[in-house]
Amino acid sequence: MNDVTRRRFLKVGIGATASVMGTGLIAQSMGAQQETPTPTGEEYSEHSAHNNMSEMLMGAVDHERNGFDPMQMLVDWDFGTVSTDENGETVREYEVSAGDVEIEIAPGIFFPAWAFNARVPGPSIRCTEGDHLKVHFSNFGTHPHTMHFHGFHTSEMDGIPHVGRGEVLPGEDFTYEFDADPFGCHLYHCHATPLKRHIHKGMYGSFIIDPKAGRPPAREFMMMMNAFDTNFDGGNEIYAVNTVGHEFMRRPIPVKVGELVRIYLINIIEFDLINSFHLHANFFDYYDTGTTLQPTLRLVDTIMQAQGQRGILEFRFRWPGKYMFHAHVSEFAELGWMGFFNAVQPEDYASALAEVGLDEEWDRKGTQGGQV
Amino acid sequence: MSTQTTTATTPKGFSGSVWLLALIPLLLLGVVLTYLVVTGGGLSDLAGPPVEQIAIERITLPEPGIIRIEVINDGPQTVTIPQIQVDDAYFGFTAEPSNTLPRLGSATFTIPYPWVQDETHHIALVSGLGTLFVGEVGVAVETPSPSLSLFTRFGLIGLYVGVVPVFLGVLWYPFMRQLGTRAMNFILSLTVGLLVYLAIGTWLDANEFAAELPAFWQGVPLVIFIALISLGVLLAVGNAQKGTESNPLSISYRIALGIGLHNLGEGLAIGAAFALGQAALGTFLILGFTLHNITEGVGITVPIVRHNPGLKHFALLILLAGGPAILGTWIGGFAFNPVLATIFLAIGVGAILQVVWEVGKLVVRDSARMNMPVINWVNFSGLVVGIALMYFTAFLVKF
Repeated sequence: MNDVTRRRFLKVGIGATASVMGTGLIAQSMGAQQETPTPTGEEYSEHSAHNNMSEMLMGAVDHERNGFDPMQMLVDWDFGTVSTDENGETVREYEVSAGDVEIEIAPGIFFPAWAFNARVPGPSIRCTEGDHLKVHFSNFGTHPHTMHFHGFHTSEMDGIPHVGRGEVLPGEDFTYEFDADPFGCHLYHCHATPLKRHIHKGMYGSFIIDPKAGRPPAREFMMMMNAFDTNFDGGNEIYAVNTVGHEFMRRPIPVKVGELVRIYLINIIEFDLINSFHLHANFFDYYDTGTTLQPTLRLVDTIMQAQGQRGILEFRFRWPGKYMFHAHVSEFAELGWMGFFNAVQPEDYASALAEVGLDEEWDRKGTQGGQV
Repeated sequence: MSTQTTTATTPKGFSGSVWLLALIPLLLLGVVLTYLVVTGGGLSDLAGPPVEQIAIERITLPEPGIIRIEVINDGPQTVTIPQIQVDDAYFGFTAEPSNTLPRLGSATFTIPYPWVQDETHHIALVSGLGTLFVGEVGVAVETPSPSLSLFTRFGLIGLYVGVVPVFLGVLWYPFMRQLGTRAMNFILSLTVGLLVYLAIGTWLDANEFAAELPAFWQGVPLVIFIALISLGVLLAVGNAQKGTESNPLSISYRIALGIGLHNLGEGLAIGAAFALGQAALGTFLILGFTLHNITEGVGITVPIVRHNPGLKHFALLILLAGGPAILGTWIGGFAFNPVLATIFLAIGVGAILQVVWEVGKLVVRDSARMNMPVINWVNFSGLVVGIALMYFTAFLVKF
């Protein structure tokens, strides 16, 4: 979005009205969630009465039709098919296919995506440092694609045009093979040309390598910060975490007060130079790229990522309540990249899950760690 | 021979069977249409990607915290608007009657948004395929809702830009009566000049509105046809009157009508500007129009310099030429409609062209009486001065 024209006429006397209304708006947004309406400003309160949280995308996305749910994507790690080779090394095999699929990225807005395994982002490939990986990739799409992993590997396995296998043409397949190294929070994406289009059409996913000794037990989430240029004008119309704009505004993510929360955060947005993550009422430790066991930043509440940058966040909520998280690029937040955590006491967790249509299975997947 | 017999029998047989003959193509048309609708006519492979198109007709700010936007679907297919951005942020909204618009269907979207007085806002309607239809509120001010005081103030604006200048211009009438034939020819030519200026200006204004109309209105052809039709009707009315020479008073009335329609357009523009928050232009603009329109009073009275029709007719002429500015300001301010604006202005173009013709004939007649060619220095400089007067006074009202 860069088509902002300058206002053409200047006059005085703006301040008072604007600030009163601004307060009303914020009060309305928070109040609606906590069901304690705080009317400020006479004109506005009458609208808040029948417009619950009107300052966001309207309606709900049909996740069943999409075939994926951003909430499930937080925890649905793909550990592959595990076996042991003659040297006693763990081998993990993954099946990934590329294809064309129309997805609903915001209520009522459909996007002609190119996707890995018919979902955006693609499967969250997870493994442990040193595992031998075989990624069987087949292209069922209409354009050539590749899988380019961030990590150590030979040039042949880099998944770019003209090197090694190069682009995998429609109807063809290829197996990418390398050892998981180094541990960290990584990503993979298609590297076919034109790169910009292949990425913003949806061809990316997370690639998490756990350290051999693992990380401390925590509730873990995968968050892919992505965006969509629906009118192909070189600017994004919808911003999100895990594709669907404002999904976590509607369905706050349930966490327990006091427990360690770990987020694998990746930024893949095209066109905009930076993205960021801001957590409300809290501070977190940050592990840039996740390649260290010690935080690279301590006690921060906002971090910035360029495209392809990623890292791990760790924090605990002290008190129950709804806590926002969003890009501290206000424009992205208001165009979809904004959500809530719902921190509850352990005894209230089951009902917090039920409120947003989740079950114990989701709880289990989020807390099992990476040693599977 | 045979032709004669045929023509002779035709009137008798012009009943039942003949009507059936006329109906056959229509019946077949029905069959073809049904076939196309039901089967797709074997063209299903030609069906391209969906085309989404809507036209934003009007954006209003009826009260603080509310933006209202009226749209029409002028594309070939049904369009759904699932989301709306205001200033690059998604906001909830309500749609009347629905956010799904069939072809030629209209809808009004109401968005609770805390718009900021005097600032600019951008609204983008996002379609189901992610197409953006963008509108702008240039300067946010509450859209005036009809009230007695606003009604009066808009009326006053119309009075200042329409009635007052025309009245002042008419006051030159006694002076003009003292002028000789040569000077009168100069004034007649000057009138032609100012009418030519008005015709071109009105034409351009009409096209400006026409360009904004939804595609199916075919704005520019609409302006051309309406202008031609009104020109034709007025010429026919003029010719229907007895004798070859038009009644001078009737010419004055027709000049007043043409100028009136032009002033209606000016009133519309001023009223709409106020409604769109450009009221800051106010006094200066009004002053400009008063000055700009003063020559119109001269133009109206030129044909009747030698036949004083009495005060009643003067009053009516002033009202006909200047009054529509009041009406235009009301319409523009309270119920602006670009379709009606286009039509009124197009009629204005035809009406003004017709009086250019009529006054032109007076110039030709008077020049012939003086045994002078039509294009002589007096007439030509009159024409140029008429155009120049309008052109330079318009500096005050154009930006």
